[in-house]
Order: sequence, then structure tokens, then C-alpha cells
Amino acid sequence: MSQATESDVREDGTIESVSGPVVTARDLDARMNDVVYVGSEGLMGEVIEIEGNITTIQVYEETSGVSPGEPVEGTGAPLSVDLGPGMLDAIYDGVQRPLDVLEEKMGSAYLDRGVDAPGIDLEKTWEFQPDVETGDTVEPGDIVGTVPETPSIDHKVMVPPGSEGGEVSTIESGSFTVEEAVVELDSGEEIRMRQEWPVRQQRPSVDKETPTEPLISGQRVLDGLFPIAKGGTAAIPGPFGSGKTVTQHQLAKWADADIVVYVGCGERGNEMTEVIEDFPELEDPITGNALMDRTCLIANTSNMPVAARESCVYTGITIAEYFRDMGYDVALMADSTSRWAEAMREISSRLEEMPGEEGYPAYLSARLSAFYERAGYFANINGTEGSISVIGAVSPPGGDFSEPVTQNTLRIVKTFWALDADLAERRHFPSINWNESYSLYRDQLDQWFVDNVREDWPETRQWAIDTLDEETELQEIVQLVGKDALPEDQQLTLEIARYLREAWLQQNAFHPTDTYCEPEKTYRIMDAIKTYNDEAVDALEAGVPVEELTDIESAPRLNRIGVQEDWDEYIDELEDDISSELRELY
Amino acid sequence: MKEYQTITEISGPLVFVETDEPVGYDEIVEIDIGDGEMRRGQVLESASDHVAIQVFEGTEGIDRSASVRFLGETMKMPVTEDLLGRVMDGTGQPIDGGPEIVPDERQDIVGAAINPYSREYPEEFIQTGVSAIDGMNTLVRGQKLPIFSASGLPHNDLALQIARQASVPEEEAGGEDGSEFAVIFGAMGITAEEANEFMDDFERTGALERSVVFMNLADDPAVERTITPRLALTTAEYLAFEKDYHVLVILTDMTNYCEALREIGAAREEVPGRRGYPGYMYTDLAQLYERAGRIEGRDGSVTQIPILTMPGDDDTHPIPDLTGYITEGQIYIDRDLNSQGVQPPINVLPSLSRLMDDGIGEGLTRADHADVKDQIFAAYAEGEDLRDLVNIVGREALSDLDNKYLDFADRFEEEFIDQGYDTNRDIDETLELGWNLLSMLPKDALNRIDEALIEEHYREDEPAEEVAAD
Repeated sequence: MSQATESDVREDGTIESVSGPVVTARDLDARMNDVVYVGSEGLMGEVIEIEGNITTIQVYEETSGVSPGEPVEGTGAPLSVDLGPGMLDAIYDGVQRPLDVLEEKMGSAYLDRGVDAPGIDLEKTWEFQPDVETGDTVEPGDIVGTVPETPSIDHKVMVPPGSEGGEVSTIESGSFTVEEAVVELDSGEEIRMRQEWPVRQQRPSVDKETPTEPLISGQRVLDGLFPIAKGGTAAIPGPFGSGKTVTQHQLAKWADADIVVYVGCGERGNEMTEVIEDFPELEDPITGNALMDRTCLIANTSNMPVAARESCVYTGITIAEYFRDMGYDVALMADSTSRWAEAMREISSRLEEMPGEEGYPAYLSARLSAFYERAGYFANINGTEGSISVIGAVSPPGGDFSEPVTQNTLRIVKTFWALDADLAERRHFPSINWNESYSLYRDQLDQWFVDNVREDWPETRQWAIDTLDEETELQEIVQLVGKDALPEDQQLTLEIARYLREAWLQQNAFHPTDTYCEPEKTYRIMDAIKTYNDEAVDALEAGVPVEELTDIESAPRLNRIGVQEDWDEYIDELEDDISSELRELY
Repeated sequence: MKEYQTITEISGPLVFVETDEPVGYDEIVEIDIGDGEMRRGQVLESASDHVAIQVFEGTEGIDRSASVRFLGETMKMPVTEDLLGRVMDGTGQPIDGGPEIVPDERQDIVGAAINPYSREYPEEFIQTGVSAIDGMNTLVRGQKLPIFSASGLPHNDLALQIARQASVPEEEAGGEDGSEFAVIFGAMGITAEEANEFMDDFERTGALERSVVFMNLADDPAVERTITPRLALTTAEYLAFEKDYHVLVILTDMTNYCEALREIGAAREEVPGRRGYPGYMYTDLAQLYERAGRIEGRDGSVTQIPILTMPGDDDTHPIPDLTGYITEGQIYIDRDLNSQGVQPPINVLPSLSRLMDDGIGEGLTRADHADVKDQIFAAYAEGEDLRDLVNIVGREALSDLDNKYLDFADRFEEEFIDQGYDTNRDIDETLELGWNLLSMLPKDALNRIDEALIEEHYREDEPAEEVAAD
């Protein structure tokens, strides 16, 4: 966390009243959204309303024991994050205080109050490699050098967006702390590795482009049926227990982004601990390095102060934008945006604002869309291209998708992964309902799959969708008359659709092999089932009874492809076995 | 300590007082109502010239001349190991006639949040001896796993069974780390009869000496209910993280707690959220539930089993709904199973333990545990679905395999779930029972189980009808 402590000095005020996370102060000279320090303990807060000489502040820490009359000190700067090397492999609270540093400073396993810590280590030195030479002209956003931040990621040191730019007069390689100047311009301006940026303000870019490349998640149901683009937006709504968090974790682990920012917003402490313990041990399937090397975690658990929950998504997206500016593909997971919305509602109700739908503030929709609009595929101001994909979990009360947060989110996002309690109940995981979900990126991403996986990817996928659709219709009839009353070809469709569900859509996140499925394997499994279908249809036409077709010995092996490490040979062999077994029948 | 006689307004559980000196938010207040009777309360809102106080014991009998003293500190709980075996009321005053409590420490009852970085991930199995939990929805140390029940269902019997039988494998093996089990029981607004049921059972089984009981009964002031669970959890944290106990906290009934929150919210004229409950109920509940867990470098743990009764059996009601979003799973008590006489009537299908996957398997429970659980879930769900169908078309119209699924579902309920409240099954018994049932199905229908495990455990011969489990 950083505040511009040296900036213009402003008048301090005194506390007028305290009610939970909302404090009012009298005679405080501050601007909207300025960071202030509240009370004698110096609790961090943010100005959210100014009325006459009364300023309303949301406080990011517990306010027990704070009393009227205590001082409030302004910093004159809005809530900002520290940007620079050291953010990867870090775990922050909602206002970018590193949790490991807090533990050390507080000397306790519990979060104490009034302790501040910079977002990046100010004393650590980094190896700086210049990318420009003396005499070169640089402009805001330009990359002037590189720091090997982690084994996976080279951190690009950029001219801050607010700089004047100019000619480079001094630049040297060597070890520097983030606060030492690495570049001097002829104007006398010094460029450091550390930048600051206010979290509620989008970082500048030149243009937003149409995304054409998928964010490969390694999850068959997502890559196969409902792909998200690099630079796209997705929502995962679902009732509790339907697997939102596991899906988010799977994406954080296996998505082929360069950088992952994971925002745990108002969720469970133990879940964040799981991420902290698991990620350093997991291997990135692309680089082979530890997953933590490309990950930045923001943990604001449900029992941590509610105002910091409101700010944590902004902290996350600002960090994501900074890496985007370096030309990286960033994926941001927010779990859960409903908790963020509830934090807004809680603060709004303490301010006694006129409520909109279900007590949420009237600006809910505007805030949500402004946040998701910070995603996209961007042309950066330094000429590079980078993307931010945002995947937000939504926790609708009672699993009812008609509630305001889900509805307002769906109006913005282009991918909808609907989690289904019924599927979860029968342990069909990931429990993404294939009838309700959609991806509006499907058509624009098809070309990529054709070029990089298989030429007939779109056709094969369409066959799978049609088969699943037909099954849904047939199931309604089966519920009334039983399976045996159906014509034979429809009975076969049911069996094929069952394999699509069990062997293809289902995927075991806890199995070491099945947890990640490359697009090629996703295609092969789907295609193997299609082979079975095509061969069986031929056999059926030749007069073989459907029971014999579905009872063949090799078919159940389809269900085991997911867990095979050498799936390529396994599928070759299986397809041969299925074909020959079926052909023997006629 | 300044005394005020400047009450301006008394409304429901709230008292408003004019002050001329600043008072801290959340501070504790004593109100002398005249005849020597003292009431305690807490500052809900503090402004420079007045404060709003919520009175724990109710505002009955308070008039504007009552004198109000601000104690200058937030609410504290006196904690000591000697609390074990004691019974207290909802505000922490002993009601068992025992000796005065001499505290080792006084701790703030609003626990600070545990730094997620300092937590240790829970992955040690707690054996409850209940197959529906151990086998299908395993509880681990440091978890918060609520029981979703409803009026007229035997959730108390289940809670008592868990409190009696809960053990950790290492404890059975001799307990090398020396951590002991303790039970903290926090009752909020339960009837005197229910309270007796719990107390009798605690005394009968000798569980009382390893327990601390907090009793807020149905006729005690509602506002008091908002501090009872905080006292219970503060005690739990002390025993777990300073005295190395494995603490199991049973909180019943969370529905009454939430009603009390709503009452206070309404009295303060707050903008209500869903169904009149305050908009901050999620945060408030999280501040209780998130106090479960383990901390790196400490031996003890806090495991929570909150019980709540769902109004109208509706799990989309805000109380179960918000709870489910915070806790790590839930156990559903089912009305149909209960009327069939199944004991305990746990419906495993909607039940869930989120921490299960990391708490089971080789070295923790058994290598086949995860696969067996997945397969039973799938098979039982299949059987359940077919029950609807069979009502329409009859059993004859179904295939052999479908009939097997139906039989499986019936026997699963009769043999696996219905074990009675006095049967204590260890995890081996539970899993063997699972294999007995799964062996009713043909081998190639077991698509969730690793082939090697099928070879090892599948009963080739016709599965015996009678199961020697208990």
C-alpha cells in the first residue's frame, strides 16, 4: 500500500461519529476517494462522501474502541497500489498490504490494526538490464529495461504514464532497489522501477481490439463447448456447493495466461490457505516452473473488514493492467463478485443512501460494468499488445439467477458458465450446465481451433452439442414412458450422450492427470465418442439390435481416457477395438 | 469513569444517551436501573454528543433517570482452562453453582481475523463414527460444517452423537502429540427442554468434564444471543491455540441468532436486506464461522458444527443460504428419511464437505475412500432418479441394471445411513459396508473407481444380504 505522504499538506480533522466501518469526520480537508488515517491508531480509510464540513470515510480496518474526537489525518492522495517487481509470488490483503509482512510486523497469527506495509519490498535489489541506450527518446509507457522477476516472468520496467518522456541521458545495468533511479532523462526526470497508480482509475491504452485467441483452460467443458477469449469476460454463477471455487482454482492453475491475478473477495480463509499452500508446489504446464511464479494473490476473506473487500477487486485489476502494459496476457479471477456487491450494499446502507433493487445501491450496475470494461485485448501505449481476461464468480442467494448481481453481470459478460446444483448433487463435476451456459466468443475463436487443433473442430463440436440437446429432449419422454419405449436409434443417442457427459464433460479436478486436458486430448475424446456413434449407427442400419451395440466390451473404456497419461495410443487402440467389435456384429 | 443520567430515548433493545465526552465504538456499558439491578450493553453507534447502546438483558424497567456508565473497554471474556466442566449463561456468568472463575487472561470477544497466510490448511480426518459423514461427507479438523435441519427433526440427536463419538485417529493410536478433545456448546434461544436433553446426555456420558457450556434459553433476552456465540468462540480459540486442545464447537440454533440480529437492525431503523435481515448479515455470520481453523505452529484446532433450522425447510432462506456460502459444506437432515425411521436421517446427496478431498485417501483414511464415495454418490443419485420413474412405469419396465440401482438406493438407506444414534463405526467398517453395497452392481458400472481398487475390493460372490457392520 502506498500513499503519497510527501504531497500537499492538508488540514486534519476530528472524528464526529463511528458506526461500524463508516466514520464521519469534521473539518477534514480532503478530496473524494482520498486515503486518510483515522483515529489515534491511524486506521486506513477512504473518503466516500463530502457534505458541508462533514466528511464520510469508509475504514479498511476494525473500528472497535475508536471514539469521536480522535484525529483524522489526510494524505492528499487517492487509494493507490505500488507497482514494480516483487508482486508475483506475493499474497496481499484488499489494500495491497503483503500478508506475510503483516504477520511478521504484528507478531501474531491474527490481523491487528493500524499496521501499514508497502506493497512491494523497498529494500530488495533487482538485476536491471537496459533495453534502451543513452540518446534514445522514450515516451510514457515505453519499456526501458528488464528485470528477471521470477523464473517464468521478465518484469518490464516502463516509463510511467504520467511522465513527460524525453531523451535518455543515463542508463546503467546493475542491482537496484525499486526506489533507486535506473534511468535519467535529459529533462532531469528520474525513472524508478516502482510506480504508483490509483486503483479506481483505468491505466491508459491506445485501443481495444477484438479478441481472436482462446484462453485455454485445460477444462474440456470450457475449451470444448464454452471457450473464453484472451481478453474476454466470463461469469460463473452458482449456488453454494456447486463448484465455483474449484472451477476458479482450476482456471488459476491451468489457464494459459502469462500472469494470473487471483482475487479472493470475501470468501473462506481455508480456501485461500489452500491456494497459498498448493500453488508453490504445482507446476505450470507450459513453462514447468512453479505456478506461484506467475501468480499474484489477493486475499480478503469474509471476516476481514468489509471496506477492504470493496476495494480488493480494484487492487487486483490495477495490478493486472500493469502487467498488460508489459505485453502479457493476464487472467484475473474474482471469487466472488457477489461479496464485492454486498460490501457496496453494506457501505451504502450505512450511508443511508436510497436503495435500489434488493437493497443494493442504484450504482451497482454502473460499478459492475465499469469493472468488467477494464478487461479486453489492448493495444498498449508502448506499442505492445496485452490482454486481461476477467472471470468473476457470482454467488446468487438461493441459487436464483434472477437476482440483481447475476442479472447485471450477465448484461456485460460474454461467457456464461452456469453451475448447476443438480449436477453437483450427483457429483457431475465440473457441474457446468451445458443447456444454460453460452459463449459469445465461440465463432470468433473457431479459426484458432481449426488452425491449431483440428480442421473439423467446429463440426465435431456441433455434433456433440446436437447430441446433448437431443438427449435433453429425449429425457423428458423417458421420464414419462421409460427408455425401452423409444425407437432404437434414439436409445443409441441416449447412450452416446451419456458417454459425452461422463467421459468428456466430466473431469476430475483432483486426479493428477485428468485435472488438465490439452485441447488435442479434448478433441480426441470427443472424436472417439463420435467414432463409436458413427460405427454404431452403421451397425444399427445393418439390423443389429441396439442392446448389442451398447453392450460391447470396449465402450466403457471411453470413461477412462481422461485419466490416461498416454492417451494418444490409448485412444487409437480403443477406436480400433470399438470399430472391430461393432463390425463383428454384422 | 463518567456516569450519565441523560437517556433521551428507549426503543426496543436500544437506549440513546446524550454524552459530553467521546465514547469508543463497541465499548461496554453498565446501566444502573435504580434498585441496584445492573444491565449490560454495548455501544452500537458513537457520535460526539450521543451514543446508541444495545442492552443485552433487555430494556424492560429502564427509565430516563437510569444512570449509564461507560467502562472504556470492549467486551472481554475471562478465559482459563478451568472453564472445562462449567456451565454458564448466555453472557458468560456461571450458573452451575460452582466456584468463582479465576481467569488467566481476558480476551476480546470480537476475535480479530486470522491472517490467511498464518492459517494451516485443514486436512486431518475427524472420525465421527457416523457413516453418512465419515464415508460420504468427511469432517476434518479446523472445518466449519453446519447441520441444515428444520423444525421437528432430530438434529440434536445427531449433534450429540458427534460430540460423543468424535475422535481423531492419532488419539486412538495413543495420541503422541498430547492434544485433547474438548467440546464447547453454545446454545442460543433453545428451549429449556432441549437444554435438559443436552445436559443430561453430557452428564450421563461424562462428556461434561471436557466441555464448556453456554446457555441462552428461549426466554432469555434475544439481544444476549448476539454475544453468546462470541463468548463460546473466544473460549474455543483460547483452548485451541494456547492450550493445544482440539475443540469442537457446537452452536445451536443459528436461526435464533439471526432473528436477534434482525431485531436489533429493525430497532435501529436500518435499511433491511432480504426478508428484513440486515444487509451485513453475511459479514456478521462470517465473523463467527471464520473463527474455525488451524494456525501454523499451534497444535490445537477449532472445528465448528453450527446447527440451524431452516424456516419452511427452505434452504434458499437467507439464513441457510448465507451460511452455506461461508461454511465448508453442509449436512442436510431430511424429513422423508426421518419419517421412514432412518437414524440419523442424513440426506447425503445435497450434503457436502468441501475439505473432504484433501482429508481422505492413503495415509489419512484409506486409498479407496475417494473413489468409493464418488461411486456411491453416482449410484445413489441414479437410484433416486429412477424412483420417480418407477412410480409411473413400474419395476418391470426397467432394465436389470436400473433395478439394481433401485435396490442399491434402498439398501444404502437401510444399511449404510440407518445406523442408529448409538452405533459408532470406524472408517474401515464404513468403507467395507460401501463395498458390500457397490458389489450389487456389475463391475463395469463402477466407472468412478480405479480398476486396481475394484480388483482388490469387489466382492465377486453374490453380496450377502446381511451385513456384519454393527
